[in-house]
Amino acid sequence: MRTFLLRRLLAAIPLIIVVTFITKTLLVLSPGDYLDTLRMNPTISQDYIDQMTRLYHLDSHNVIERYWYWLWPALRGDFGYSFIYHQGVWGMIGERALNTLLLTGSALVFSWGVAIPLGVLAAVFRNKWIDKLCGFISFFGLSIPSVFFSLLLVLFAARTGLFPPGGIHNQANWEFMTGWQKLTDSVWHLVLPTVVLGTIGLAQFMRQMRSEMIETLSQDYIRTARAKGLSWRRVIVRHALGNAINPLVTLFGFSLSSLLAGALLTEFVFGWPGLGTVIYEALRDKDEPLVMAAVTMLALMLVAGNLIADLLLARIDPRIRLE
Amino acid sequence: MKATDEANNKIDGDGLSVGTSGSGAPPSTRRGRSPAQIIWLKFRRNRTAMFGLNLLTLFYLVAVLAGFIAPYRYDNAATELPFHPPMITRIHVFDQAGSIHWPFVYGIIPEDVQLKTYRDDHAVRYPIRFFVRGDEYHILWVIRTNIHLFGVEEPGRIFLLGSNLTGQDVFSRILYGAQVSLSIGIVGIIISTLIGMLVGGIAGYFGGVVDFILMRAVEVLLAVPSLYFILILRQMFGTKQLSEHLCSAIQWMFGEGRVTSWFCEIVNSVFGGMSGSIQIYLIIVVVLAFIGWATEARVIRGMVLSLREQEYVVAARALGFSHARVIIRHILPNTFSFVIVTATLSVPFFILGEVALSFLGVGIQEPEASWGNMLTAAIGTRVLTDFPWILAPGVFIFLAVMAWNFLGDGLRDAADPRT
Repeated sequence: MRTFLLRRLLAAIPLIIVVTFITKTLLVLSPGDYLDTLRMNPTISQDYIDQMTRLYHLDSHNVIERYWYWLWPALRGDFGYSFIYHQGVWGMIGERALNTLLLTGSALVFSWGVAIPLGVLAAVFRNKWIDKLCGFISFFGLSIPSVFFSLLLVLFAARTGLFPPGGIHNQANWEFMTGWQKLTDSVWHLVLPTVVLGTIGLAQFMRQMRSEMIETLSQDYIRTARAKGLSWRRVIVRHALGNAINPLVTLFGFSLSSLLAGALLTEFVFGWPGLGTVIYEALRDKDEPLVMAAVTMLALMLVAGNLIADLLLARIDPRIRLE
Repeated sequence: MKATDEANNKIDGDGLSVGTSGSGAPPSTRRGRSPAQIIWLKFRRNRTAMFGLNLLTLFYLVAVLAGFIAPYRYDNAATELPFHPPMITRIHVFDQAGSIHWPFVYGIIPEDVQLKTYRDDHAVRYPIRFFVRGDEYHILWVIRTNIHLFGVEEPGRIFLLGSNLTGQDVFSRILYGAQVSLSIGIVGIIISTLIGMLVGGIAGYFGGVVDFILMRAVEVLLAVPSLYFILILRQMFGTKQLSEHLCSAIQWMFGEGRVTSWFCEIVNSVFGGMSGSIQIYLIIVVVLAFIGWATEARVIRGMVLSLREQEYVVAARALGFSHARVIIRHILPNTFSFVIVTATLSVPFFILGEVALSFLGVGIQEPEASWGNMLTAAIGTRVLTDFPWILAPGVFIFLAVMAWNFLGDGLRDAADPRT
């Protein structure tokens, strides 16, 4: 078990290095840099520009050199200062990362919470109306573009006033709220983005759950359990579910990256201050340290999520634990 | 129609159970069915898959004929008529007095410029005419004409699905946008499938170190959230001309010299004349294909791993054929049925990728129309609540993606020998 986790952890290091290296390479290769806009500005002295150029080695177009200049301080926890905001980038993205984590986490809970019961029901009542309904939902979820779905929900929110149409919390009154009000307000703002983001993975999870459950229900031990006189409910919940859910946990690791990618568009439409919007804006403004820090953060989240999936899998599946 | 379908089904039933049933039907229906025919017959019986196929045929046909079917060009802006509501429900047959006419629309009077409300001008009727003359366009980039399927005479306007901020016809722009958004799926999948087959074939066939390196690259591509990667790649291309990129890539690889300048000249003559919008289109396709091949490569590698152990591959090698010939002529054709299925199922990735890029403002630029950049206009709660018809392109994205999914699922089921 410990060697298994250690191996997984070690495998994560090259991933982070490769991802940050590719990002740096593409940034170095991309035409122009942030200083181009400063050069246009006559009030900014040439000295300052030269100083910035030297500080961030923007004059060097050697990818490996530039990467090293970024990596060496980064390994010691220094990710540099944002070109635009003149703040330490790591401090800037901390809160943003938490927001993204909150959004993706609740989206995961939503999609699992819906997919597992529906998948089980669809398998148990195969070819009945509930199975057909699930098939419809999964096709809907697979096909609806998240941009369009988000916009539809914003429209719904704005028309009915049931939900806030965007943002992470009530900006105007946030200062005056009590703790409880803050909590409900945040949850209220979280609902619609969660639904959009959760729907992306929902279809896949549900299909997988259904086919796994059908497979499991045809096993001999299920028939034995029934023959012993156990009720269907007990057989499904105690005997079948635990075995059928196993591959879903593996899927969780894979779905994480698509979830994080989907978060970008959802955050964009709902004005959710998360990592996705940071990366988007930083790329647009060519704010290199900010992009690098945010990408590193993203990669770390990915690795952590995969590790959690492995832990879950090890917990559920004794074959891995005993290896 | 139904009768022939049933007849077909009957024949299928017999045709698929070759050798199990006794004699009876004439031998011509039981023998000589190629695998492709069997797949097609199985596919035909799948209702949703056929629905997807028909819908896609319709969509692509409309996209090809966009200029003809659309009453206006994508950049034809009636600037005095922003955010006019859809007129599809305002096509009248009876006028105010109750007398019957050829279907017509009323003239438009702007009522409130600030709130962008309009009312019908009951004094003027514009009958909807077929094959009217209007904006010039090209059919298939070749035939220049100005005849449109339908339209109304100037100064009348027909906005079937409303107009946008600059008074452009949303319906026309959806048709023109279909050209971009739908073709990117096809072009992208061709490129990424070729890369995927090549990489997968090489990795699976040679194995060892080559396999290890290529598969690690695939894993990184699959592990990284694609949209961020696409954005960063897109950033790398910037707004520079595509020919310059190719040129500097060659310079980087071979250094300065005769070959480099010769190559740059060719590249310049090919891409230099292209308009900016086509170059951006190509960049988007390249960026998406660069990410999209990974899934394909991994699956094909798995298939090739098992195929290369087959006797016929050993035989081909023993006959002295080169590795390249064995891979391309003997192994890869055996993965085709699978390749087609995965390709069909990954077309939505390209369509949605273009939508995402254009929506974020780094894809197809105005005044060029794409389904993604048309949705950008819907950001902002006020626009969205007051003029919801701006969302119309989203419905078409949904339908196109759904149709591709139906088609892909149907093909997968049909190609599966177990069913």
